[in-house]
Amino acid sequence: MGTAFTPHAGITARFPELKPALTPQAAMVEANRCLNCFDAPCTSACPTHIDVPRFIKKIASGNVAGSARSILEANVLGGSCARVCPVEVLCEGSCVMHHRAEKPIMIGRLQRYAMDNFYGRGLQIPVRQRPELPLRVACVGGGPASLGCAAELRQAGVQVTVFDKRDLAGGLNTYGVAEYKLRVSESLREIEAIQSMGVEILQREIGLEDFATLEREFDAIFLGVGLGEMHRLRIPGGEAGVMDALDLIAGYKTGEVLSVGRTVAVIGCGNTAIDAAVASKRLGADEVHIVYRRGPEEMSAFGFEYEHALQEGVKFLWWRQPIALEAGTLLCAETSINEAGELVVGEMRTQLTAEVVVPAIGQSPLAEWLSSVKGIQFAKGRVVVDRATGATSHAKYFAGGDCVNGGREVVDAVADGKRAARGIAAALGVMEVAHG
Amino acid sequence: MANLKTTFAGIECINPFWLASAPPTNCGEQVMRAFDAGWGGAVWKTIGEPITNVSSRYSSVDWAGQRMMGLNNIELISDRPIEVNLAEIAEVKRRYPKHVVIASLMVESRRDVWHEMVKRAEDAGSDGLELNFGCPHGMSERGMGSAVGQVPEYAQMITEWVKEVARTPVLVKLTPNITDIRLVARAAKQGGADALSAINTINSITGIDLDTFTPRPNVDGKSSHGGYCGPAVKPIALNMVQSVMADPASVLPMSAIGGIGSWRDAAEFLLVGAGTVQVCTAVMHYGYRIVEDMIDGLSQWMDEKGFSTLDDFRGLSLPRVTEWKHLNLNYKIVAQIDESLCIGCDLCHIACWDGAHQCIHTDRVSGPVDGHVEVHRKPMEAVHATMSSIAVTRIPKMDPPAVSQGHYKAPLARIPRVDETECVGCNLCSLVCPVEDCITMKEVPVGLAPETWEERTAKLGIVEQC
Repeated sequence: MGTAFTPHAGITARFPELKPALTPQAAMVEANRCLNCFDAPCTSACPTHIDVPRFIKKIASGNVAGSARSILEANVLGGSCARVCPVEVLCEGSCVMHHRAEKPIMIGRLQRYAMDNFYGRGLQIPVRQRPELPLRVACVGGGPASLGCAAELRQAGVQVTVFDKRDLAGGLNTYGVAEYKLRVSESLREIEAIQSMGVEILQREIGLEDFATLEREFDAIFLGVGLGEMHRLRIPGGEAGVMDALDLIAGYKTGEVLSVGRTVAVIGCGNTAIDAAVASKRLGADEVHIVYRRGPEEMSAFGFEYEHALQEGVKFLWWRQPIALEAGTLLCAETSINEAGELVVGEMRTQLTAEVVVPAIGQSPLAEWLSSVKGIQFAKGRVVVDRATGATSHAKYFAGGDCVNGGREVVDAVADGKRAARGIAAALGVMEVAHG
Repeated sequence: MANLKTTFAGIECINPFWLASAPPTNCGEQVMRAFDAGWGGAVWKTIGEPITNVSSRYSSVDWAGQRMMGLNNIELISDRPIEVNLAEIAEVKRRYPKHVVIASLMVESRRDVWHEMVKRAEDAGSDGLELNFGCPHGMSERGMGSAVGQVPEYAQMITEWVKEVARTPVLVKLTPNITDIRLVARAAKQGGADALSAINTINSITGIDLDTFTPRPNVDGKSSHGGYCGPAVKPIALNMVQSVMADPASVLPMSAIGGIGSWRDAAEFLLVGAGTVQVCTAVMHYGYRIVEDMIDGLSQWMDEKGFSTLDDFRGLSLPRVTEWKHLNLNYKIVAQIDESLCIGCDLCHIACWDGAHQCIHTDRVSGPVDGHVEVHRKPMEAVHATMSSIAVTRIPKMDPPAVSQGHYKAPLARIPRVDETECVGCNLCSLVCPVEDCITMKEVPVGLAPETWEERTAKLGIVEQC
C-alpha cells in the first residue's frame, strides 16, 4: 500500500466520534433486545445482506469473534459500513421494533462493536481454503466497490490486483467520509486486513493507454472507478475562494486543510454538502450557510443528516441560486417553481458574506475516458451493467459502485463489487461460487 | 375492597404473604423490617445446632439478559446459636403480635432432641412450626433435611415425635427431590401434620465456568450441588402443589413455595388450593418492598373478579386439572393472525415449520391463500431469495418513495398466513409471537360430541368384544 498515514492530532480532537462505541454491557443488553426475526427485514434491507440477527445473537451468546466473521462473510468492509451506513434508512429503518412501540435495535453500533473487537484482537479475515487458480483479475479504482470485488474473488481462489491512483487506498471511504463517522486510520486498518487476504494493492493510476496491457495481463477487469471531478460553479467570479466539498473533506481528513474562512457558503443540499458544512463549523467558521435552489422537501440529504447540521449550527438558505461571487460576497437570486413545474430565477437578490464558497453540487461522470474503452455501453454517464453479475457489454469488463449507480453509499458499492466478483468467477468458469 | 385476611391451619393471618425460611428471615431485625413493608408472616431461617457455612454460596441462571431466572444456594441452616434465634423470635412476637412467625426446625433425628427443640420454639412464642425435611444440600449428608423428606417412614416418624409435644400447628415442608411428592405428603398427614409447605429447593448445578471448568458457586476450586429456586421452578412447584392438593390422602392446608414473585404467581397457587404463599428469591432479588404490589395487585384482581375473600377462589382451578385421558379429543382450535397487528418478524413461521406442523406460510402474496393446493415455499427458499435479491440504499432524490403498506404495519409478503386445514392448534405460534393478541387461537366447531380417550378406547373395546 501507499505511504504510511499519521493522523493530525488537532483534527482528531475537533472531530470526535458522533456515535461512541458501545460498552460490552450495553452491547449485551442491546443484543438481547433483538427479536431474532426469521428472514429478517434488516438483512433484506442491507445491500450486502449481512445476516443481522445471526451476528447480533452471536454477540448475545458471547461469540463476538464469530459475530464479526459472519459480518465479514457478507461485507468485507463491515467495520466501516457499521460507522458510515445511513442505518436509519437501511437495516434500522426496517427493524420490526418500529411497529412494536420500541426503538429499533442499534444494528450499526452492534456491528461496530463486533468489528472493533475483531480488529482489536488482531484477528484475520478468514479466507476459504481454495486452490490458487491461475486466474488474474484487475480492479481499477481502490474504493469500496473494488475492495468488495477483490475480497470476494480471493475467496474463490482468484488472484487480484487493485489499482488505486491516490496516495492512500480506500477511495471515498478513506478520503470522503466525515471524520466523526469514520477515521482515515479505520479505513486503512480494513484495507490492511484485505491485503492480508492476498489482495495486491498498487498505488498506480490507470490511464487510457494502460487498458490494452490490462486486457493482456488479466483475465477480467473490474471497473470501480467511481465518479469524476465535482461540478464547478459556473458563475462570474467563481474561481478564487472556492474549494469543492470533496477537496475540503479530503483536505481536513489528511491534515492538509486545518481551517476555512470565518464565513462559509456551501452550495447544494446533499449529504456531501452537509458533511462539508459541518466540517466548516468544526474547522472554526463562525457562519456556515447551506444555499439550495429548492426547498427542504427536495433536498437529497437524509433527514437525520439535516437534523445533525442544524444541531451543529449550520444555517439553511432555501430557494436561492448563486449567480456571482465577488470579493467574499456571494450574490444569490431567489428561485421558485412556475406553473409548469420548472425552476425559475426571480428578480430578488440576496447577498451573503462568504470568505469560502464550497460547491457540493455533485460529481461529473467519468464517461469521458471510459467511453473510449471499446464496446462498453454507457447511459447518462453511467456504465450499463447486468445488476446481478456486474457484467458490462464487453465480455472482459465488469463494473460496480458509483460509476454504475451514479453515487450511492459505501455499502451499495461493496454489494456491487461482491455481485461482480461472483459474476466474474462464473464467467471465468470458477465452480462453486460462494454464496451467503 | 377485597379482604386478604385468612386463617391457615388455625393461625390468623393478616394476609397470605409469608417470607420463606431463608436468608431474608435470618434475624429479628430483618423480619421486623419485612413486617413493616407489609409481609403477613415469616418462616424463620431454619433453627438447629449452628453450622459453619462456606463462601461463596449462591449462583444463578440468567436468561436473555434477565438476571436470576433461577437461583441456587449451598447455604445451610442458621449459623447463629439457637438461643439467639429464639430470643429474637420472642422480641418480634412481642412487637408484632398480629404477624405470623413460624419457627423452621431441623435437628438430629432423635426423639428427645426434637421434643426439646419444639418446646423451646413454642416457648419463644412462635405461632407454628415448620419441619424442614427438604433442604437438599449439606444437611442431607448429615441425615437431616431431604434425607428425612425422601423417606416417607422417617418423615412420618419425626412428624409423630413433634406432634407428641407440639401445642401449635405443625407444617411439614416437602422436598421436590423425589419421584412422587405425594408419598411424603401422605406420610406427613399420617403422622399428624396440621399443614404442609411445598416445595423446597430442587437439586441443581446451575452452570460451569468455561474458563476454570468449575461449577458455580465456586468454593476454592470446587462446587457442590445446591438447591434451585426462583422463577424457573414455579411451574414445577405449581404441579407439585396441585398434585398434593388433588390427592385426598395428602391434602392439608398448604403454604405454597416455589418461584412466587408477584401477585399473579400467588393467585395461581391459591387457585390450586394453597392457603398462604411463601416468597424468597424475589425478595433476595428486589427486597421486601415487592410485597406492596403483591397485596395491591391481588386485591385489585379480586375486586375485578368479584372475590371478597381468599376462600372465594381458593382451589377453583383444582377441578380443571385432570388426567390426559379425560380431555376432549373433539375440541379443535386453530391459530389466527391479526394482520393489522403483525410486525412481520416471521418467528411464528419458522417456529411452525421447524418446531411444529409446517402450516404457517409466507406465500400470502404469491399463491392461493388456502385450500388443498400446497403452494408454500420452504423457509430456506425465502432466505435464499432474500440473499440473492438486489437491495440499494434509497436516496430521496433518485428513488421513488416506498410503496405504502396500507393499514398494515408489515409488508404483506411478511405477514404469514395459517393453513387452517393443517393447523393442529398446538399454540406454539401464539407463544413465540412478540406482539400481544396478534396470534389468537380460535375454536373451530368440528360437529362431533365431546369424546375423551378413555371413552374412545372403551367404545373400541366394546367393538372388539363384538
